[in-house]
Amino acid sequence: MEIYSVADNIVSPLGTNTEANYAACRGGISGIANIQNGDLYPEQFYGAAIGEDIKRALNISEDNGYTFLEQLFIHSVSDALSHVKDLDKNRTLLVISTTKGNIDLLSESYTGPMDTKRSELTVMGNTIARYFDLPNAPVIVSNACISGLSAIITAKRLIEVGQYDHAIVAGGDILSEFVVSGFQCLKAISDEPCRPYDARRKGISLGEACGTMILTRDVTLAKNKGQAVRILSGSQSNDANHISGPSRTGEGLKLAVKRALEQTDITASQISYISAHGTATLFNDEMEAIVFDTLGLSDTPLNSLKGYFGHTLGAAGVIESIITMKQMLERELVASQGFQETGTTKTLNIIQATKAVAACEYALKTTSGFGGCNAAVVYKSL
Amino acid sequence: MQLQIQAHSIITPTSVQANGEFVLNNEEKHPFNLFGKELYRHLSIQYPKFFKMDELSQLAFLGTHLLTMHIENWDGDKVAIVLGNKSSSLSSDKRHYQSIADRSNYFPSPAVFVYTLPNIMLGEMCIRYKVTGENTCFIMEQLDVDFLHTYVQHLFEAEHYHYCITGFVDYSDSSYIAELYLVSSQKDTGAPLALDFDKNFNQIIF
Repeated sequence: MEIYSVADNIVSPLGTNTEANYAACRGGISGIANIQNGDLYPEQFYGAAIGEDIKRALNISEDNGYTFLEQLFIHSVSDALSHVKDLDKNRTLLVISTTKGNIDLLSESYTGPMDTKRSELTVMGNTIARYFDLPNAPVIVSNACISGLSAIITAKRLIEVGQYDHAIVAGGDILSEFVVSGFQCLKAISDEPCRPYDARRKGISLGEACGTMILTRDVTLAKNKGQAVRILSGSQSNDANHISGPSRTGEGLKLAVKRALEQTDITASQISYISAHGTATLFNDEMEAIVFDTLGLSDTPLNSLKGYFGHTLGAAGVIESIITMKQMLERELVASQGFQETGTTKTLNIIQATKAVAACEYALKTTSGFGGCNAAVVYKSL
Repeated sequence: MQLQIQAHSIITPTSVQANGEFVLNNEEKHPFNLFGKELYRHLSIQYPKFFKMDELSQLAFLGTHLLTMHIENWDGDKVAIVLGNKSSSLSSDKRHYQSIADRSNYFPSPAVFVYTLPNIMLGEMCIRYKVTGENTCFIMEQLDVDFLHTYVQHLFEAEHYHYCITGFVDYSDSSYIAELYLVSSQKDTGAPLALDFDKNFNQIIF
């Protein structure tokens, strides 16, 4: 069975739909800025926060019965759904990807009107499903930074087994004092906008975003023909090495990519583009460089999109997949924002300027996360 | 593909069972931070990292120990872990929040923060048992047998795993549970159980 992604949306500091976000990426515009907001962290830091202009455009409100994150999900899913014909809701699954959900509600300093019950991920998932009158209980994936790709792989599988015909895959996380203080205490946050793979990289920039993909077995579902991309394969693995750092040799990521390729009839040399994880920590980027080198992918054009969006945790796999598909459709590869000089022991073919390409038939998207987990998905142009 | 349940373990606030046999009762009604350590000692486990884990990871760790006692060796890349969980990493989340409650006295700790994701318990299981296959954590109200059966069955068929640890592990202030099943595609006459893995896989009656 062939599974397609036929419509999508990204809401991030760079815009409220996929088009605006893609335009920003190809124009070299980053959502990462200096943030001075005592509610997020006592000191200034760099991150990608959704600004007041975007909040106004989305009519974000504090008293409409939904949390900020839920409003992002609702906007994102609504916009993605507007690009497809009517779905049979009985045959549609909602898959939510998030790491911390409404974690901000558990803060002692939270004074808003929402019940702290909403911090339970099942309650948040049911709230979103109810908004869209979806009768099936949502599936919620919480697999750290690989959650987005996990959700895509899960949706694909549940369509393949015949349980559903369509899936709405939505990934989202917000910037909160919880995550900012956590990554600060790990000394993982860069004191400037992140620079994936660069020699002077100093760590991550956190971001907030929400992304939605409509997956289906029916490629004619898209209102706008020519927007579909096939989800060819996907696999997940674990390093079995460390809970908060990647394996030095990247065995886990290697296994995930190998298995994703084994499910297809293509070889690594046929991959035309890699959308890598590229968090800009010393260890992650080095590990990825070793893996791609070992797999014979060091000449394949590669970028990290973290320089545009920051690390958006549960949204990352989804929004970076959407930009991946957009590049495939536009036959264009965008520059890896923040990269100037090779900073890994194995040299990768990092895209330094946005450029047109003759074709991009197969693309590989990878992520790695806390808990030692890795995921890889292969996309194919139609 | 016909899959088998070859082992089962369950840890609750009242008792611990493995494959239908009582392992330990919590007669003193100790909270988990005592009962968990009692179980650890009762099982004669030697794994000092256990004491660094949060309650959720400790629960998953102890349940997995009980589930895999008959396994001497396995090919870790042929093993997957697919778990359900309800409360996410709530107890570690609260601990992290306590450390940042007072902005003039901020003391967030890496040792706490790294446990503030529910899938970390799967990571701990993978490290201890050298599991390098898929590991996925789904959030659900309670053990969703139908969903986990569908997902795990397909996972075996699509990716040729030999074993999958599945079930439900949850820890909150009010209660906790680790209910685990070892599902296998391999014949193993030394396994404690040989039950069909079907849509009623949690209705094991001993």
